[in-house]
Parts: sequence; structure tokens; C-alpha cells
Amino acid sequence: MKSPWLQTLRQRLFATPVDAAITLVCLYVVWRLSVPLLHWLVFDATWNGTSRDACKGDGACWVFVRVRFSQFMYGQYPIPERWRVDIAGALLVATAGLLSWRGLPHRRGLAIASVTVLPLAGLWLLYGGLGLRIVETREWGGLMLTLVLTIYAGLIAVPLGILLALGRRSRLPLIRFASVVFIEFWRGVPIITVIFLASLLLPLIMPSGFDVDRLARAVLGLAFVIAAYMAEAVRGGLQALPEGQTEAAQALGLGYWRIQRRIVLPQALRIALPAMTNEFIALFKNTTLVLIVSLFDLLGIAQAALADPAWVGMNMEAYVFAGAIYWFACFAMSQWSRRREKRLQAAYGR
Amino acid sequence: MKFYGLAAAAACSIAGSLIAGPAMAQTLAPSETLDAVKARGHIECGVHLGLPGFSFANDKGEWSGLDVDYCKSLAAAVLGDATKVKYTPTSVQQRWPVLQSKQVDLLARNTTITFSRNATLGVNFQGINFYEGQTFVVRTKAKVTAVKDLADATVCVAAGSTEEKTAADWFRERNLKITIINFQKNDDAISAYDQGRCDAYTAGLGALAGQRIKFKNPAEHQILTEVISNDPQGPTTRWGDERWQLVVRWVLNAQIAAEALGVTSKNVDEMKAKSTNSEVRRLLGVEGKFGEMMGLSNDWAYNLIKQVGNYGESYERTVGMGSALKLKRGSNELWTKGGLLFTPPFQ
Amino acid sequence: MLTFLRDRKVRDILWQAAATLVTVAVIWFFVRNASENMVKAGIASGFKFLWRDSGIEVPFNLTGYRPSDNILALLWTGIVNTLLVSAAAIVVATAIGFTVGLLRLSRNWLLSSLAGFYIEFVRNIPLLFFILFWYFGVLAALPTPRDSADFLGVIFLNRRGLSIPTPDDVTGLRLALAAIVVLVAVQFGLARWAARRQARTGRDFPVWPVGLVLCGVLPILALVAGGMTTAWDVPTLRGFNYRGGFVLVPEFVALFAALSTYTAGFIAEVVRGGILSVRQGQIDAARALGLTEGRIVRLVVIPQAMPVIIPPITSQYLNLIKNSSLGAAIAYPEIVAVFMGSALVSTGQSIEIIAITLAIYLALSLAVSVFMNWYNARHKLVTR
Repeated sequence: MKSPWLQTLRQRLFATPVDAAITLVCLYVVWRLSVPLLHWLVFDATWNGTSRDACKGDGACWVFVRVRFSQFMYGQYPIPERWRVDIAGALLVATAGLLSWRGLPHRRGLAIASVTVLPLAGLWLLYGGLGLRIVETREWGGLMLTLVLTIYAGLIAVPLGILLALGRRSRLPLIRFASVVFIEFWRGVPIITVIFLASLLLPLIMPSGFDVDRLARAVLGLAFVIAAYMAEAVRGGLQALPEGQTEAAQALGLGYWRIQRRIVLPQALRIALPAMTNEFIALFKNTTLVLIVSLFDLLGIAQAALADPAWVGMNMEAYVFAGAIYWFACFAMSQWSRRREKRLQAAYGR
Repeated sequence: MKFYGLAAAAACSIAGSLIAGPAMAQTLAPSETLDAVKARGHIECGVHLGLPGFSFANDKGEWSGLDVDYCKSLAAAVLGDATKVKYTPTSVQQRWPVLQSKQVDLLARNTTITFSRNATLGVNFQGINFYEGQTFVVRTKAKVTAVKDLADATVCVAAGSTEEKTAADWFRERNLKITIINFQKNDDAISAYDQGRCDAYTAGLGALAGQRIKFKNPAEHQILTEVISNDPQGPTTRWGDERWQLVVRWVLNAQIAAEALGVTSKNVDEMKAKSTNSEVRRLLGVEGKFGEMMGLSNDWAYNLIKQVGNYGESYERTVGMGSALKLKRGSNELWTKGGLLFTPPFQ
Repeated sequence: MLTFLRDRKVRDILWQAAATLVTVAVIWFFVRNASENMVKAGIASGFKFLWRDSGIEVPFNLTGYRPSDNILALLWTGIVNTLLVSAAAIVVATAIGFTVGLLRLSRNWLLSSLAGFYIEFVRNIPLLFFILFWYFGVLAALPTPRDSADFLGVIFLNRRGLSIPTPDDVTGLRLALAAIVVLVAVQFGLARWAARRQARTGRDFPVWPVGLVLCGVLPILALVAGGMTTAWDVPTLRGFNYRGGFVLVPEFVALFAALSTYTAGFIAEVVRGGILSVRQGQIDAARALGLTEGRIVRLVVIPQAMPVIIPPITSQYLNLIKNSSLGAAIAYPEIVAVFMGSALVSTGQSIEIIAITLAIYLALSLAVSVFMNWYNARHKLVTR
């Protein structure tokens, strides 16, 4: 009876009669919610089969997800070319894994190299040209499109956000003013309107004959909004730096860009990284909004699959599957950012 | 020396343009869209997001339908190959900006021809390839037989469509009340109706015949036979570039003329070789060089009939008895057989 | 030769001049292209369309809008609907958020992990999923009009929404409302007086129980009295649906529920962070003074956490208002759905309509920021 484990349990769950009552009510609620859910998700669900007829039980019909799985991943990307998407994905995972290893020699240089070279390589792999068959962006879709939107919008948003944050703290009033207007404008409007703006208006305000790809337009729209949010995250990092750092560097006679690059930004970005990751998560979630301009991201392709007469009424299965992918990706990123924040707090002794 | 060279070049070019000027006037008017289509090697066709029978992509991304057949015919006529089409699915909201900003060469997407669209949107309608009539789909157990029985009902509809306005007007004129719920996409409206949000969903008779298969239990629903509007639909282009408009218009006319003249995809070779009917001969490019007048090859109509078929064949295959929709020809029959379809003569 | 470039002032001016020039050039380029393209394409332009008849039905409106009104009235209806769902969701999201945030810090391990589970679940899924889930979930769970759930025979709940009776004559209710306003004002005055008296004499006054009577019980009595004096338009089943009264549509309920449950997850995190920022010493000191747990939270913890909480909570409110635009996906008639959706399709004037929509959201954001800044400045703790 005196096992420490039981004692902790008692302390944490049954310390007072009120506590005990709360615990029991919670347990009851959890029980009532999770049992039917588990039945639907797992026990009563149909896993094997090739068509709708296989689904007889009351549970979920995962056959639908199985049959449509490759579409959820690649959209309408031509089947013989899908290896290219796989390679691009593998490259992404491998680089991310390699760079997160802290003992990697020349880690910083490699990071910069991969950030500049890999996006181009990825674009070449996915789009084609130079010996590869061209696969137009209208055939892209599913999870792959979601990732493309997130990564490329992020790649534009981060540098732009840093510049805007610097601009907002600039000594020059006009630059400061322009940065503030830009940031507050994009932060003040809903992303759905921005995507509309990018997809409907951009072709009208470009010179005729100058066509911007539909996907590129969505990427640009998302990038501008997220850049504004990134700028605020970076500004938080910049504000956390003591003024003395810049002053000391100025006293040494360093120029503005040099001070920013060598002294201010490396420290500020490290502080701002968790906040920036949160903006990145927001970007990832917000890519779902492109479905209003008929781009078929993960959610869009799930909805398109629902319109297939053979699978009408599989709403729950489609949304649960797609939602689970979003959830795991976002949860992983937010955990990473939280760990990073803890480490930072330890380092700065807060 | 340099100066003389320049002067000579200038003189040459002035003289050249003087000579070429009148000569140019006899050739074709420039067509930006047609040149662009030929240069890029395919047609960019704006279609519906997914309307079985009209424009619908299967799970392999292959498109089919009456409107899609029109796009294919256009590709066969312009490029000699019916497969040289790329489709841009557009929602009700996107269709106009997509066309106006030249992201597509034309729209062929169940769009009703109306005055205000023609007058304010900078679009032109190039003929009619489907006479649609608006009606409602209701649950069978609601026991509705006529449209007026829908008084006090809630109706789901796609926002900004002509159906929305027509339905609202129809009930208002009769002092009946209905509640209209506007969805951004047809499919959203359909699934909301299917979930029981509305008592009825309204769209054209032809569209409903196709969309019916999107219900969970198609047998529980019934499409009313009463029609409350006349919604002619056809290929739509931008203002300007009259020669492109000409091509779009006469490709449709050729589809219809081929049926009227009895030219089908099966007998087109035989007709081309043997027919003595001079309109058939002009249509198929044996006589008269009609293709050249538009800037196409003379076998433009032959190609489209051979590769896609005439209007009747296309209709039967996509929405008619040979399809899941099983629509009768009705108004979409030739005028000689009691319908409304006709084409100006190929003369 | 270029020594003047070394002068910092000259360089500053040159930098700024260049930036201005580029900005102006880019804007000019876009505007010129747009006007050129539109003239060439024959697209109508200008703002006259705002006064055209809209002809668009809006099933849920509080402005008395009819399809025969002009597009400006339609826009106004959309704005009111956006404000309505945002305001309602902000109140509920704040309530849920504070509750979950406090529960997260509960000593009870199960309770705090359930709160944590809720927060993690909500924060890591796109909002659009929530909206679709609530919408189709709500629809599927509700009965058809014929089998409506009814409350006292006057309020009916079915797939068409919640039908509630509306008064035919509003004078009685107006009087009741006026009385409520007076009561609330009295309560505010009382609270200030009590606070001042406590500061002066240290004597306590039961502000909260009195407030409950003044702002809770009496208003209900006033409303009941007001309601008794007028006839009511009670919804009745006619043909397909309930007619009469006011219908709270399921689109509103779904959007409202999705926005409040989603934003609550973010607010809970903010609240948790704010409370953790209050130093333990403060709480210990309050305990030593013999304050009850409830009072410690209300008088010591929350006031000190507020300055930390308000700025991030403001941005959550702003996000919520902007996110209400996703109501367009389920046909809730807010600004984006009625104006950037229906009105845009029927007029085709995309540039004007998108510009107006953006301006409205910017104005809303600005108004909320200004208000919250004012509130924060007022409630800032005076550090001594």
C-alpha cells in the first residue's frame, strides 16, 4: 500500500474529497466520449476491401482512405512521375534530419547552402524541365501541394519578415513608416481575402500577357501575410537584445548591415525562433484556405474525393484522416518549438 | 558610313511597309488569342468544377462531358488534335476574373447567357450548346409535385448564379415566401441539401440530372418536371479579338451543322470523298477554303467531326440516352425535328 | 568625387528617396496596368454599383435588409453579421479560455491534463476543419422541421435553425431595456463608491452579490414584465418550415461554436502564461493575509496577470474577427460571403469590391486595437 507510485496518484487525484469528485466526473466524461469514438475509429471500422460495398459495419470506412490514399498524397500528379515527389520529400527529410544533428561539421554553411540550393532543386524535381517531363502545377495536389505551399511561402516570408522587422526599427522615418504600413496592412486583413486578392486581382494588375502561375500566386499571397507576422516575431527578438550590443559595435566602427548580420540578427533570431515557428505552424494550417480558389491541397483533395459518386457520404473519414495529418505535423512542430524555448530560457537565465 | 546604312535601312522599311500595308489588309486581322494558342500548342478551357455530363474529371483526372466535348472540338479544329486541351476548373466566383485576365481562352462551363453579364463583364456569348431550364430537386417523401408547392420552403443554391435570382423572382412574383441559402460552390449547396439543411436544391434540369448521383441515396430524391426559366448556355469569350470569337462561334456551328447535314464521325471520310451536297463539301473543306478565312487549316471541321463527332453524337454520349443522365433531346434537338438548335448556313 | 556620400545625412535621404521612388513606381505600375486592362477588357468600373439593386437574398439579417435594397445595404448586413458572430464568439471564447487556462493549472492531474489535451487538440488543427465539422455535425444531430424539438411550445429547434418568438410591439421591451441600462449604471457607480470607501476606511461592501441582483435578477424581471405587455409572433409550422419569429440559422451556430472553441484554446495558453508570470511570493503573501482562494485569484493573481495577458489576447480577438470570414465556407452571410461572394459575382467589379472588403477589415482591426490599448493603459498596474 505504501508504494510511492500509489502515493503520487493519491496526491494528484484524490487529495481532497472535492478533488476525488472532480477526478471521478472527469473519468466518467472521458469514458463516455472515448468508447464510442474508439468503436467508430478502430473496433467497428472496416479496413480491408476495394470498394464501398466492403463497408458494412457501423464504424469508419477506412477502405475509402486506402483506395484514395495516393490521391491524398499526390493529387493528380502523373503516376509515372511520382518518384520525383518522393525524392523531393526524401531530400527534405534527410536535410532536416542532418541539420538538426548539432555535431555536424560546418553546420551553418551547410544550412545556408541547403536553404538556397534545395528549393531550386525541389522546384526542378517537381515541375520538371532540363530533361525531366514538365508537370504543370494544376496537376499538383494533396499533401504534396500543402507542403509546397508551406515551404515556399515560408522561404519567402522569413527573409522578408526579417527585413521588415529591421525596417520597423530603422532610424529613417520613411523606411520605418513604409514597414509599419506594410506589416499592419497584411496583419489586418483575413487570409481568405488575401488569397482572393492574389488569385483574382494579380492577373488584372499585371501587364497583359504576363501570367503568374496559379500556385505561385497563392504562395505569394500567403508569403506576404506570414512575412508580416514573422516581422512581429523577429521584432520581439530584436527588442529583447540590450541596446548596448549595437552601441558597442558602432563604437568599433562597424557598418549598419555588418552589425545586423554579425551581431544583432544571430542573437535576435535565436530568441525569436519559437515565435517564428508558431507563425510557421499558422502558415501550415492556413494553407487549407487555398481550396476557395480551387487549388486542391490536402483538404481540397479530400473534398474533391467526397464529390465522387462512388464515395458519397464519407465526410467523417476524409476529414478525420486529413485532420490527423495536420494535427501530427503541427503538434510535432509546436513541441519542438517549446523545447527550444525552454532551452533558451535556461540559457538566458530567465 | 554608319549613317548611310541607317538611312538605307529606314528607307527600305518605309518602302516595305508601304508595299506590305495594302497586302496586309487583304490577309487576316491579327488574333492575339489564336496566335497564343498555336504557339503554346494547346487550348486553355475554363470548365465547371465538376458537373457530371457537362464537365467532370474522373479519379484519374480525365475530363468528359458536353462542354468538354466542345473544348475538344475546338482543339481539333484549331490544332488538328482533340487531345490538345487543358482544363481549368472554375467556381461560380472565379469564372469571370479567370476569363477576363486571360488565364483561359474561353469558358465552356454551363454559364447562362444574360444581358447584364454581356453588358458589364466584358464577355461575349458565342452561341448556344445547351438549352437549360431551371427546376428543383426535392425529397420524394415531401410530396411536392409543382414548384408552387415549395412555398415556405428553404432552398439551397450556389451564390451569384442565375438560379438564385430566378428562384427568388419566381416566388416573389407569386407572393410566395421562400428562404434561400447561398453557398459558395455548387457542391457545398448539394451536400447541405443532402444533409437536410434545405428542402430543395435548385439548378438546371440537365445539371440536376448529373448532380443527382452526388446524393447519398439518389432514389430518395425527385427532380420536378416543371421548369421555371429558360437558361441558354454556350461557350463564352472576352471582348476583343473578333477573329478568335469567330473561330469559337463557328466551331459550335460546325458541330450543329454536321448533325443537320448528316455527317458523323463514322461517315465523315466517305462524305468528304463522295458527297455532292455543296454545303457538306464547304464544311469539310473540299470546296471554298473556309478554314483559311479564319486562319485555320481547311480540314478544321473534318478534324472535329472525325475526332469528336457531331453535336448529336456528343449529346448522346455525354448527357443523352447513352449516358448516365438519360436526358431527352427536347429543346436541344435540331429545329427541323422540333427543337431549337440551328446554325446559319455555311455559305 | 563622391565624398558627399560619406555624409550620413545625405545617405539617409538618398536611401529614403530611393525607397519612396520604388514604392510609388510599383503602385503606379499596378494602377496603370489595371486601368488599361479593364478598359481593354470592357469591364465596368467605379463605385456606382453600390447603389444598384442587389437582388440577393440574405436569410439571416438583423438590419431589415430586403433583396430590393441596394448593394450598400447588403454590405451593411454583412458587416453586422460579421460583428454579431465575432462579438458573441469573443465573449464565449474568453470565458472558455479563462476556464481552461485555470484548469490547466489545477492541482488535479487528470483535470489539468484534460485541459492540456483540449488545448493541444484545438491549436493544431486548421480552423476550417472545425467549421466544417461543427456545421455538418450540427446539421446531422438536429431533427427535421416536422420532428422539431420544442421548448414550451414557443421555441423550436430543427435543421433550419432555432426559431424564437419576436415581439410585435417593442415599447414595453424598450422600457425594460432602458431600465437595464440604468441598473447597470447604478451597479458601476456602486462599485466605484465601494472601492473608494474600502480604500478610505477599509470597510468591505458586498459588491458582487448586489451586482448579481442589479444586473442579473432585476433585468430578467424587467424583461418578463416588458414581454408580458406585448403580443408575440410565435413561430408556427407552415408547410415545410416554421414561419414567424426570428430564426437563428445553423450556419451562425456552427461558425460561432467553431470560432469560440478554437480561439479558446489559444486564449487558454495566454491565460496560463499570464498567471505563471505572477510571482509565487504574491500568492503566498495573500494567503498569509488570510484571503480565500477565490479572492486570491480575483484580487491578486488576475490583476497582475492582466497586463501580460491583454496584448496577446488582443491579437487573438483580432484573429477571431478575421477568421469569421471563413463563415463563407458554410454560407454564413458575413462580409466575405455576401459582398466578396454574391455581390462580386453579380457585378463583376472585383477590384472595387476587394478594396472595400480589405478597408473594412482594416478599420475593424484598427478599432479593436485602439480599444484594447486604451483598456490596457487604464488597467495597467501602478508599480510602486
